[in-house]
Amino acid sequence: MNLQGNKRSSPGRLGLLLGGFILLLLVPSFLPRFFVYILGLICVTSLLAVSLNLLVGFGGMYQFHHAVFYGVGAYTVALLLTKTSLPMWVGFAAGPVLAALTGLVIGWFCVRLTRLYFGMLQISLGSLLWAIVYRWYRFTGGDDGIHGIPMPAFLSTLNQSYYFILALLAASLVLLHRVLKAPFGSTLQAIRDNPQRCEAVGINVRRHQLRAIVIGTFFAGVAGVLFVVLERSVFPDLLFWTLSLEVFIMCLLGGWFTFAGPVMGSAITIALRTFVGKYTEYWTLILGVILILLIFFLPEGVMGYLAGRFRGKKGLPGRAG
Amino acid sequence: MLEVRGAVKSFDDFLAVNEADLRVQRGEIVAVIGPNGAGKTTLFNLLTGILPPDRGRVLFKGEEIGGLPPYEVCRRGIGRSFQIVNVFPRLTVFENVQVAVFSHRRQSHRLLRPAASLSVAETRSLLESVGLADKEGHLVGSLSHGDQKILEIAIALGTEPELLILDEPTAGMSPEETFATIELIKRLARTRGLTILFCEHDMDIVFSISDSIMVMHQGRTLIQGTPEAVRNHPEVQSAYLGGE
Repeated sequence: MNLQGNKRSSPGRLGLLLGGFILLLLVPSFLPRFFVYILGLICVTSLLAVSLNLLVGFGGMYQFHHAVFYGVGAYTVALLLTKTSLPMWVGFAAGPVLAALTGLVIGWFCVRLTRLYFGMLQISLGSLLWAIVYRWYRFTGGDDGIHGIPMPAFLSTLNQSYYFILALLAASLVLLHRVLKAPFGSTLQAIRDNPQRCEAVGINVRRHQLRAIVIGTFFAGVAGVLFVVLERSVFPDLLFWTLSLEVFIMCLLGGWFTFAGPVMGSAITIALRTFVGKYTEYWTLILGVILILLIFFLPEGVMGYLAGRFRGKKGLPGRAG
Repeated sequence: MLEVRGAVKSFDDFLAVNEADLRVQRGEIVAVIGPNGAGKTTLFNLLTGILPPDRGRVLFKGEEIGGLPPYEVCRRGIGRSFQIVNVFPRLTVFENVQVAVFSHRRQSHRLLRPAASLSVAETRSLLESVGLADKEGHLVGSLSHGDQKILEIAIALGTEPELLILDEPTAGMSPEETFATIELIKRLARTRGLTILFCEHDMDIVFSISDSIMVMHQGRTLIQGTPEAVRNHPEVQSAYLGGE
């Protein structure tokens, strides 16, 4: 892509990334358990938000009910580990695969509609899945959820789970970043900017969007599996539309035209919920105020703003990297 | 190469294209002319799959293409540029053309190879051939209108079409830009062996570069023939050229 610019900034950026990663590796040795847990949760949610942003920020699709695929991933691994005697890795692998399959089915209908209708259909189909999970007591545990999900021995302590989550988050982010930098990603962004023109140069827009949905929902499924690794329980709220909205807000908050923005968005949101939520259940009020300020002062999100400052000029939004 | 017979397209009660006929032979430069609202752009939309025809046949290399989706029409070898600049505003000039080259070379779905390492030479040589190579790193928004129109053509060329359809390629250009663009079109037709179908308001341009001219009037084909035949056609003179 923008060859010169990227080459110049990448050593610094790589150093920053490595430094941050090493810091995250060291966290369990000096922070109390509670913070390790919160960081783990931020990692899980970050992956969910980045996978959503692939579709929203870079794909320009109204993916309004992304939590469904997160929930499908989490429930798949939870059900397989509690109700079957299949090897555990099968459950871990099945989560993302089933999430992607669900994405394929729901997406197949959605890409046939435009913009807002896409989003509305997805909310309806997704809510249907939520209702099934919520009502089907004998299979999913209904609103009680499933608790005490057994984990393999190498994930028996919180620290082990945390490292596992961190490793999978890093691997997933590297993959997603490569996808965005590959022809697939540049074509996806071109479709976001001008679907009509893409069709005119021979791109099957719907099929390309559907492939992106399968990739995005796969990684939402990975995040769902990681949630189970962290929590050892699942509940219907994982598929509820309010969570979808929350993750959507994380993308806006962090900057939906940047790759790492959603990571920052989820860190801010979860930190608010944890530390302000301790004092008042109305922590969303503060989130709301922050959002309003954001819309007025940082329309490209926190990360978008920082990236703009870093580049020293106000570049156009919407570029991967 | 391209043949349209009795194409009809209506929007509600308005017949935008009404029994239009068109023939384009391989290697020709063919112009479609007609007053505003004569149905030229609608006709081009019928040819490129943006709109399905209500009736009539659209044959390309002997196969019916009317009603196919745009991406399918493009894959069969028809490229087009748009009247109103229709590019990818957030991408660089280079990336704009590269997206089309990826599509043509079936690389759009590549997931893990960096885009920066694929189809680079092809994209660059294309930009050189239209004279935009020195601006490849620019964001499209910073280009002049004339350069954006050239970029339009370059994107269409990225899919290596056999037939290139240009919808008012010089609209909004200064006289110098217009001249340069026409020279470019002539050169592309010659060096790439392209067949070109275009519509244009400037009659001097049309009559100087076309092998064949089709005159549209109220959605209907009035006549198609050599510039000489069209110029001398009595109905064309009264309807369009104003008895010039």
